[in-house]
This record gives sequence, structure tokens and C-alpha cells, in this order.
Amino acid sequence: MDITDLTVHELMKKMSNKELSSEEVIKAYIDRIDEKEKDVKAFVTTLCDEALNTAREIDKKKNNGEKLSNLAGIPIGIKDNICTKGIKTTCSSKMLEDFISPYDATVVEKLNNENLIDLGKLNMDEFAMGASTEYSYFKKTSNPWNLNTVPGGSSGGSAAAVAANLVPWALGSDTGGSIRQPAAFCGVVGLKPTYGLVSRYGLVAFASSLDQIGPITKDVEDAAILLNIIAGHDEKDTTSYDIPKKDYTKALKNDVKGLKIGIPKEYFGEGINKEVKKKLEESIEIYKKLGAEVEEFSLDIADYALATYYIIACAEASSNLGRFDGIRYGHRTENYTNLRELFRNSRSEGFGPEVKRRIILGTYVLSSGYYDAYYKKAQQVRTLVKKEFDKAFEKYDILLTPTSPNVAFEIGTKSNNPLEMYLADICTVSVNIAGLPGISIPCGVNSDNMPIGMQLIGNKFEEEKILNVAYTFEQEYKFREKYKPNFSKK
Amino acid sequence: MADVSKEELLHIAKLADLNIKEDELDNYLSNLQDILNFANIVNNANTEGLEETIGENDKYNVFRKDEVKIFEDNKALLQNAKEQERNMFKIPKVIN
Repeated sequence: MDITDLTVHELMKKMSNKELSSEEVIKAYIDRIDEKEKDVKAFVTTLCDEALNTAREIDKKKNNGEKLSNLAGIPIGIKDNICTKGIKTTCSSKMLEDFISPYDATVVEKLNNENLIDLGKLNMDEFAMGASTEYSYFKKTSNPWNLNTVPGGSSGGSAAAVAANLVPWALGSDTGGSIRQPAAFCGVVGLKPTYGLVSRYGLVAFASSLDQIGPITKDVEDAAILLNIIAGHDEKDTTSYDIPKKDYTKALKNDVKGLKIGIPKEYFGEGINKEVKKKLEESIEIYKKLGAEVEEFSLDIADYALATYYIIACAEASSNLGRFDGIRYGHRTENYTNLRELFRNSRSEGFGPEVKRRIILGTYVLSSGYYDAYYKKAQQVRTLVKKEFDKAFEKYDILLTPTSPNVAFEIGTKSNNPLEMYLADICTVSVNIAGLPGISIPCGVNSDNMPIGMQLIGNKFEEEKILNVAYTFEQEYKFREKYKPNFSKK
Repeated sequence: MADVSKEELLHIAKLADLNIKEDELDNYLSNLQDILNFANIVNNANTEGLEETIGENDKYNVFRKDEVKIFEDNKALLQNAKEQERNMFKIPKVIN
């Protein structure tokens, strides 16, 4: 038995009937990290020794009959923009290279309450700005399905680590597709919850009206389990909703009979790769066979949504990243004669080119003379996008699209062309613009054995529906039994 | 066609507290123009009569009691500052 290939729900069973101890699980992961991390480069910080000590303590407590959570002693990986007390949180930026958070993010507190063990902090595009993890200041993460390709981004470290069995599951964050797109590229499951379902307290802010933390997992059941842990109102995040707690695992019914699935035809038009389109069409046939009612309709907002996204996200980023001045935390220049120079030189040395590009774009669209043409207009288009989705959800339970128009691309092929990189987000951003939940699940591989992702979009707070629809497909298609990453270098 | 001049770009960079080196200027300028040209698509959308979406949810103001809470771990707050003195952040002299 390969322990690291087990899902979390499988681990839970084996640990509760004492087939496996936490120490055995953590040791298996440490061996796996020793073997594969040099190829995948998913971690910014590994916490192997600390994890092993914690595992031994947890085993001891369990053996002494202490009542702990069913998840106690199971490891997890955390994207490096989620604050962990006493452990570096770098955002994969030179700016925060040495930053040690004085507090835990609310989601991290929740993981700690379950006695989950942090195996390390995972690589990402600097400040979550990117779609390939190539904009990390520290290293380029590789896709385990082909080491010469990107894992997607910005949560590329999280998705690659789950796909490579370096962690059983991970937390990511999603501002325009940063959980779903890397999940699709790496053949794993990625869920972006409804805006407001999960507290953002302790998530380093990129675009506050779009950011959400969510699970990246091996299968849908694990995503439901992790969502159970992290969802919930938090008085430290005023945008988090106070709604009754749900058990998302109960939604997994393996049944879509009579369910109405809408297919927005614009997402299957020009620009989508042929093999991706074919796999999606086959998946639609599977849903029909399983008894769902499928209908094509028009949702002509993808281009508007992408443009709107880059205006709003960059505007919010330019404001959010204003806090990095080299005084209280973050990089401080050695080259200054006055306060203004200290600010400017610290920021110019600490931020990478993509972050600077977005701050400049954001400052531009907010500056006088351009505010109305870009920012105000984008905020109106945001309303339009929401209304279009509202209309769609009057007719359909779920919308189905590709997660990305393409499979993972080769490292270095898009990093010098920012606009082309932005277009990789075309299928995912509208979900953030409208604040909806979306999940990406693998629905096959192309002729090069590269995974293809299917996105299921639900109405606000209808995570149960998208989880069930995803689960039903997964049980029928059995992706994990058919395909595995092979760490090739093609 | 978005027409951004070099002077305008430098002004924006100054507002954002960023230096742009002479040899980076052309690259940033062409990137900015490309992205703005793309972003101009929003102006094709028919938004007549539509309100702006401010924030993602309907809750505009959320109130709580204004209570003093003591954050015990002063040291953890200050540990990330490059310069500090007597439990305070230190900055260069502002007034001569």
C-alpha cells in the first residue's frame, strides 16, 4: 500500500481502526517529499521535522485515550499567502521573504482545532498574481504530469503537491481561477467557495472583493470534508456570511437524475483546444446518460468579464499593496536618504515585474481622468455579469464549462507576454466577478497524457449542488483509477 | 487604442511609489497599452441603467462593539521590522 496515494477519507478510516498511526503517515510523506520534491519544487518551506514531532505527540494522546478529531494527525499543505503563526508566509515574494506572521489565519486556526499537521507552505505566483506559478520569486514549480510544463497558478504549488502525493490535500486561494485552473492542469479537484463562505482573515489580500480560500484535493469527498472545516462566519472578516453550518459530505448522493445542467455555448467556441472540447463533450454525454437534463444556452459575457476582472483586481491590488512600505514588515532597502526614498526603493526592490505591472495598471485605472472609463464602467459590467448569471440560474441548477481552454503549457512560453497569460483565465474569472462557487474536476487526459479540467458553477451558497454533481461524475468516470502523473520530461 | 505616454507612465509609477528604470520603460509601456486595449472591451458592454457593484455582497456596513482587546504578543508584531527601538518602529527623520 502506498500511503501517500490514499485520499484523506481513506486515511481517516485506516487511522481510526489503528491500521496506521500519524507517525507512519507523516514518515511516508517525508520519504515522498525527499524523493519527488527536487523534481516538482512545490514547497517554499517544508516542516518535516516539526510535523514528525507533532505526529508523535498526537499518537501518544490517542493512545492515552484522549478524544481527538477524526482528522487528527493527518497532514496538509498551505499556500504561502495564508498566515501561519511563527512560520514564514512569503507570498513567494522578495517583499515578504523573511515575514513571520504574528497570528494564524482563521482557516489555519480551524485546521489546528482539528489537529491537522502542517507539512509546509506551498509555492505560488508572487502575491497570487499569475496563472503558471512562474512569477514566484523563489522557484518555478513543475507539473507532475510533465515536468517541463507549468502546474498552473496561482496556487500551482498546492495543486502540484497534491497531484504528486507530497501532501494529501492543500489549501489554495482563488481570485480569478487560482484554485480551479491549477487543479485542472494537475488533474486534481479544486473548489472555490461562494464569496463570503470562508473567512479571509489572515489571507494576504490581493483583490479583496474577489479573493476566497478553498480546498485542493485528490477527490470530491475530500473537498467536502475540507470545506466542512474551513467554512463559517468569522467576526474578523466582515464580508463572511453568518449562515448555518452544513455537512457538505451529506450532499454527495451520486445522483443527478432530473438535474438541469446549462452549457454556455460561448465557452466552447473559438479559442478552445480541440482535445479539451472533445473531452468536455464526452463528459456532457456521461451526464446525460446519468439522467441529467442538459441544454445549451448563451452567456455572452466571457470577454467582458475578463476585462472587468483585470480592471477591478488590479485596482484593488494597487490599493491593498500600498501597505508594503518597508517599515513594519517586508523588504527594506538599504539605499535611501529620506522616508520617501525608503518607501519607493523598498517597494521597487521588493516587488517583481508582474506585481509592479498590476499595481501600475490598477493605479492608472483609478487615476483621475480614467476612473469613469475603466473602473466605474467595470463595476457596472460586474453588475451585468451578475444579472446574466442570475438569469441562467433561474433555468439551470448548474453550469458546465471547461476550466481552462487548454491543458498545461510549457514553462517559459507565456511568462513574457502578460496579456496572453491573462487569457488563460477566461473560463474562471466570471465566477469570481459574480461571487459564485465553482469546482474543477478532472474529466480525462489529452493525447499527451495531460489532464483536462471541467468546471461546474453553482448559484450562491449552493456548494452542495456542485459537490454532488462533481461527485456523481467522479464515481462514474473514475479518473484516479485510470490516470496517474508520471513525472516525465517530454 | 489606449495612448499612454512615457511621461504619463512615469507619473503613475510615482503615484504608486515605484521606480521604473530607463531600460524597463518601453516594456512596461507596451504591456500597459496592450492590456488597456484589451480592457477597453468593457466599453462595448451595454450597462445603461445599471448600478455599480461595490464589493461582492449586499452587506455594506457591519458593526460591532468598539471593545479594546489587548494583543499580548508585542514581540511577534515587532519582529518583522528591520529597525526598532524601545518597542517602536523606527523610521528615518521626517522633519529637519
